Amino acid sequence: MKEFTPPPDSASIVSVTDRVKPVALGMPVTSVHFLGPRAVFVGGEENVAFVDGKGETATVAVHGGGILSAASDGKRLVTGGDDGKVVSLDAKGEVTLLATDPKRRWIDAVALHADGAFAWSAGKTATVKSGKAEEKSIEAPSTVGGLAFAPKGLRLAIAHYNGVTLWFPNMAGSAEFLPWAGSHHGVTFSPDNKFLVTAMHEPALHGWRLADNRHMRMTGYPGRVRSMSWSAGGKGLATSGADTVIIWPFGSKDGPMGKEPAMLAPLQARVSVVACHPKNDILAAGYSDGTVLMVRLEDGAEILVRRNGTPAVAALGWNAKGTLLAFADENGDGGLLEL
Amino acid sequence: MSEATSQKIPVTVLTGYLGAGKTTLLNRILSENHGKKYAVIVNEFGEIGIDNDLIIGADEEVFEMNNGCICCTVRGDLVRIMDGLMKRKGKFDAIIVETTGLADPAPVAQTFFVDEDVQKNARLDAVVTVADAKWLSDRLKDAPEAKNQIAFADVIVLNKTDLVNKGELAEVEARIRGINPYAKLHRTERCSVALADVLDRGAFDLDRILDIEPDFLEADDHDHDHDHHHHHGHDHHHHDHGHGLKHYHDEEMQSLSLKTDKPLDPNVFMPWLQNLVQVEGGKILRSKGILAFHDDDDRYVFQGVHMMLEGNHQRKWKEGEPRESRLVFIGRELPEEAIRKGFESCIVS
Repeated sequence: MKEFTPPPDSASIVSVTDRVKPVALGMPVTSVHFLGPRAVFVGGEENVAFVDGKGETATVAVHGGGILSAASDGKRLVTGGDDGKVVSLDAKGEVTLLATDPKRRWIDAVALHADGAFAWSAGKTATVKSGKAEEKSIEAPSTVGGLAFAPKGLRLAIAHYNGVTLWFPNMAGSAEFLPWAGSHHGVTFSPDNKFLVTAMHEPALHGWRLADNRHMRMTGYPGRVRSMSWSAGGKGLATSGADTVIIWPFGSKDGPMGKEPAMLAPLQARVSVVACHPKNDILAAGYSDGTVLMVRLEDGAEILVRRNGTPAVAALGWNAKGTLLAFADENGDGGLLEL
Repeated sequence: MSEATSQKIPVTVLTGYLGAGKTTLLNRILSENHGKKYAVIVNEFGEIGIDNDLIIGADEEVFEMNNGCICCTVRGDLVRIMDGLMKRKGKFDAIIVETTGLADPAPVAQTFFVDEDVQKNARLDAVVTVADAKWLSDRLKDAPEAKNQIAFADVIVLNKTDLVNKGELAEVEARIRGINPYAKLHRTERCSVALADVLDRGAFDLDRILDIEPDFLEADDHDHDHDHHHHHGHDHHHHDHGHGLKHYHDEEMQSLSLKTDKPLDPNVFMPWLQNLVQVEGGKILRSKGILAFHDDDDRYVFQGVHMMLEGNHQRKWKEGEPRESRLVFIGRELPEEAIRKGFESCIVS
């Protein structure tokens, strides 16, 4: 990735801004997920807010302080707080306390497994709870930056300083260390389980091909990558951090090795969050100036969902069917778009 | 950091060797009736007994940045904690980071320079070092960390002065001044210092780099003398200005001040300074400067921590204000002759 060259201006952009149902949450928002038919906006502290198709809002208290991490599988939302608690919320709005750190340390990261297992981290400790089995913990060499379950098997990736630890919680002594100098934050497996990618503290991604642990450096970003999203089918990894959406190709066995990424939807603002459509080759992108666009991956055609002129878009998400798009800016002003 | 500085949350870094009284000062800050709320970041394994709502345990993880400069280290845990704290904006007015007695303040300070997100939300206000009047002199001999903390400080709280006599006090102050003559020094018992003297100092704010004269407690007329001397010729080293005060030269850690009333050539000076901190940045702990460039009516100010520099045009030189350039370096085994020569080559002849 050498430089970002924006394509020539398109004559005019298709807009669906008039079809967006506005949502005013009245609280800073950090992410959005879907539980059943309702969108759930995660607040900066204490509360989450359900919003239904009519725009009706219902607030639920989940933490006694800041909400530091959140993950959802569509059935439940699991959050970690600075109150040292891991909490689960279901589609009905019922809150269950899953775990409490004995020292009330911050719960920096959470992850959910398709089979119901979940993981969280506090400081250097990552813990997995699977079904009725006992909690199992592992100490990372340094504070955990991010967690992700592999799509196959009960395997957890733990990002930290100077690399990632891969761990099968049910197999003693199974931790494998993938080294790469620097601090690793967010971490994600490709849906086909072949690649592992981290977002680093410096403006770069790092990837490993899991078959042979070959390295992939993905650099050139002007800012830190905060948001990563796999396209439908896992052929591409869309990322924030630049003034275009950067999409790395993962369709072939070599992943992005020796390839240039696609750069779509350039604006005069930094992409702050990306969310790929769950079924089609479309993505939604939120920008630092409040703009939300829908972008077709094939040709980069854009549809305007929200105009600029607000704080950065902080939350962006699709429901599982891909019929609803929810978004909100840092201040909690957002909307729902039905397709 | 000057832009929109007021909206950024000020961060005070509290350092000091083991037992000097950091926690006493911290509790004093927290308990005083100032109506402000602080988020306090302490070492997880440190002393307890801090009475505050928002206390966060830190791990003091020092990370090297992957940017090719070896002395560019940051506190990885601080990046994470700042990120979390920003979700609770509005719940506190300022942040205090207490380091362990053995910590190097540089990675803490550098975190506020290199991390984009941290920089957006917070600004480093000052490094405050608590020193033990009775034991500091010994620690300066046997503990490199203690020396680092003194050299790095913007404010030094010389505590437990009731445990030493006048001679011992003069001795320890002279040792401090031998390392860092620029920090504001306050003598205290049980850390009873006015909060205004340790908080809201703006020590890293370019707009407030107004005066980089040495700070001496003794008397005001001393300062006048001092200034006056400087008008004749340049490159006076602070050691030349003892004026009855005891002075020690620390073999390892020194400060170096440079001065000229002739204009500097920015096209020579800037590359020289950049190169100097690239090459010697490991040795240079802090640097500051007010510069008068040739054909430039604006004052240029800069400050730096190790290899990291930030600078900007500050304001117009005032009418009648002497257009002098002054630079200060505090560091370890500074190559004084080379720096002086390099600086002189930047003067427009």
